[in-house]
Amino acid sequence: MSPELLRVDRLQKRFGSFTALDDVSLEVLPGTVHALLGENGAGKSTLVKCIMGYHRPDHGQVWLGDREIAPRSPRDAQKLGIGMVYQHFTLVPNMTVAENLVLSRARLPFFLDWAKEHRHLEEFLATMPFQVDLRSPVRSLAAGEKQKVEILKQLYLKSRIVILDEPTSVLTPAEADEILGLLHQMARANEVSLIIITHKFREVTQFADEVTVLRRGKRVGGGSVKDLTPAAMAEMMIGAAPRSESGPPRASTAGDVRLRASLLSADDDLGLPSLNDVTFEVRSGEIVGIAAVAGNGQEELVEVLAGQRQSRAGRVVVRDVEYRGTRAALRRYKVRCLPEEPLRNACVPTMSVADNMAFRSFDEKPFAVARLGLSRRAIVRRAERLIGEYRVSTPSPDARIGQLSGGNVQRAVLARELEGDVEVLVAANPCMGLDFAAVAEIHARLRRARDVGTAVLLVSADLDEIFALADRVLVMSEGRIVHETTPATADMRTVGQFMAGHAIEA
Amino acid sequence: MSAALVTVPLAIVGGALRVSAPFLFVSLGECVTEKSGRVNLGLEGTLVMGAMAGFGVAHATGSPWLGVLVAGGVGAVFGLLHAWLCSLPRVNDIAVGIALMVLGTGLAFFLGKPLIKPTAPQLPALELGGWSDVQAVRAALRINLLLLAGVALAFALRILFDRTKVGLIVRTVGESADAARALGYNVTRVRTLATAAGGFLAGVGGSFLSLYYPGSWNEGLSSGQGLMGVALVIFSRWDPVRCLYASLLFGGAGALGPALQAVGITTGYYLFGAAPYVLTLAIMLGTSSARRTLAGMPAELGTAR
Repeated sequence: MSPELLRVDRLQKRFGSFTALDDVSLEVLPGTVHALLGENGAGKSTLVKCIMGYHRPDHGQVWLGDREIAPRSPRDAQKLGIGMVYQHFTLVPNMTVAENLVLSRARLPFFLDWAKEHRHLEEFLATMPFQVDLRSPVRSLAAGEKQKVEILKQLYLKSRIVILDEPTSVLTPAEADEILGLLHQMARANEVSLIIITHKFREVTQFADEVTVLRRGKRVGGGSVKDLTPAAMAEMMIGAAPRSESGPPRASTAGDVRLRASLLSADDDLGLPSLNDVTFEVRSGEIVGIAAVAGNGQEELVEVLAGQRQSRAGRVVVRDVEYRGTRAALRRYKVRCLPEEPLRNACVPTMSVADNMAFRSFDEKPFAVARLGLSRRAIVRRAERLIGEYRVSTPSPDARIGQLSGGNVQRAVLARELEGDVEVLVAANPCMGLDFAAVAEIHARLRRARDVGTAVLLVSADLDEIFALADRVLVMSEGRIVHETTPATADMRTVGQFMAGHAIEA
Repeated sequence: MSAALVTVPLAIVGGALRVSAPFLFVSLGECVTEKSGRVNLGLEGTLVMGAMAGFGVAHATGSPWLGVLVAGGVGAVFGLLHAWLCSLPRVNDIAVGIALMVLGTGLAFFLGKPLIKPTAPQLPALELGGWSDVQAVRAALRINLLLLAGVALAFALRILFDRTKVGLIVRTVGESADAARALGYNVTRVRTLATAAGGFLAGVGGSFLSLYYPGSWNEGLSSGQGLMGVALVIFSRWDPVRCLYASLLFGGAGALGPALQAVGITTGYYLFGAAPYVLTLAIMLGTSSARRTLAGMPAELGTAR
């Protein structure tokens, strides 16, 4: 069965006085890949959520073939053959891949014959170009593998129109090419139509047929991809030519060693070894990038450095002193950390922006009064200053930090972590899910920190980011450092191969 | 002394088989509820209500089995009440549970006043020790049918959770309400049914107290079985069959003190009374780790609502 034409006709959606979507139309021809470009808040999510039945549009219609459709839930949309792969995974973490796939089916028999289900799933997987272990619990999968399961789920449900929300943000370039290449091929074979929400022009030019660009809820341009240059698309997207992503080249002025890990090992939450004998140094005034696909031990490395996880073996030395990540040590050696998903890992979402910004220093002067009390005034005043400096967009310092958008949470945490003189900064995927402007700003902040002598350890799955920022690059795979290079001498492909664990030592 | 070596283990086995049914039913009930992502701490109250109602009905009608059924029904009503309260906005399941525990116990004492004197027909037991001449063996192997039903239920529930659609849906709701909603399941309805089923089982567990062992109705009937049953679910890592083992272990350990007393060891009687708790604590310590997450816990438990 081939997909039908999906037509969105003059869709409008308001939330209160805010117009999220204003008179947007688009057409997804059968068997094509349609890219949806736009900065955060441009209305991309609202648009696809209207198609998926999360929201009901105020005006306008969605047509599938010659029928008007108005799904009231994603389940309804699923029945019409429209499926979506979300940026936040919707898999059940404590269940196996097989259970998740079976669960997603519309009809289930009362008794589940798991042997039979596994057999069917294996047959299905045999027709797919990427494989996952059906018996592993989803929580043990790396983000890239979860993404694959999400995509497999849609194909397993025989969705004809698949919407992908930034599908490659957690993949290596090689994996991204593989997955997008496969989906592109399936579209060519007229098996599916795809809508891909993305920030990456490379993906648009390489894999999409058509593009629609949104800005502030309006369609500002689009058409056939082959008629458009990335510069033209970028201009539509942000209303001006994009800022250059890479900073000026810089002569290495790395100083003394600030952070040294030697033969560091740690276990993951299930007690399995995930970080194995890792040794590296970070010097003052350099950014060392750790390139790794999610789930290869870098999360555990960051947690050990942040004091959130005990190491199993090995040592971490900061300025020649053994370091164990206690609050006192973090403070004495000025080690700061910007973890992945800061809202989850470094904030209390229900506490205010000001309180969250004070976590590092609320028990110091001038915020602490007579050891036990806190000066709210000092906390709020400092927060106001940081909010201004880092341009955190928040209704007030007293707003709950959980209400802010991802980029603003990121800025708020970065402001907290970079406050004062920082000797060592550990940043993990600092730009995940952020738009151009926010990415450029956070990159600039990291560079500035380096330039004033901070030793920066940057862990990222995004090779563009590593190459734009790092002075040295370490590649991690399966809990080990498998490759070291510099952006000047290495090419992305080789690094990508090492990340995927496929590289053969020459 | 050699007699003691036989008597004591025998008494422990006998104790395990005699007293573990309430633990078993409450923990199975709580297991079902918690698998759906909600905690019902009120099962102690449900248990006592079940004991009272079951006894009253058995006394009035002469049928102990009808008493069991009514006890379950009363339990299910308490479960529904808990579920309904929890489905209201800004209501916390733990707080509701504690309130219902107090309500259930108080209501049972109030309504059960006239039932303290009378007797009611008892639930029948199987004499599995008939082959032996030894009185102690016979006493130990007298097994109540309700316990056997509970044992069967433990295995049935494991099958339900592992290999049926219903079990898969309940687990999904308990693991990720968002995922369940995205799949089109009504989270509140699933939790309501799971809580009602949990209440039913706790009520049945209560009827065992008043209709078999100790076999009468009074205000001191329950010694916290409902509370311990809830705790045993954590100990069993949310696995129905392990709930069975935990209940037997707990029942058996509780018989240690009386068994030792029977052979003349009276020193530290109350200390041995603490055996179940010490044992539970020791096993928990031995099997937990600060570095690993608690395996088996439904992810929706403990999320603030």
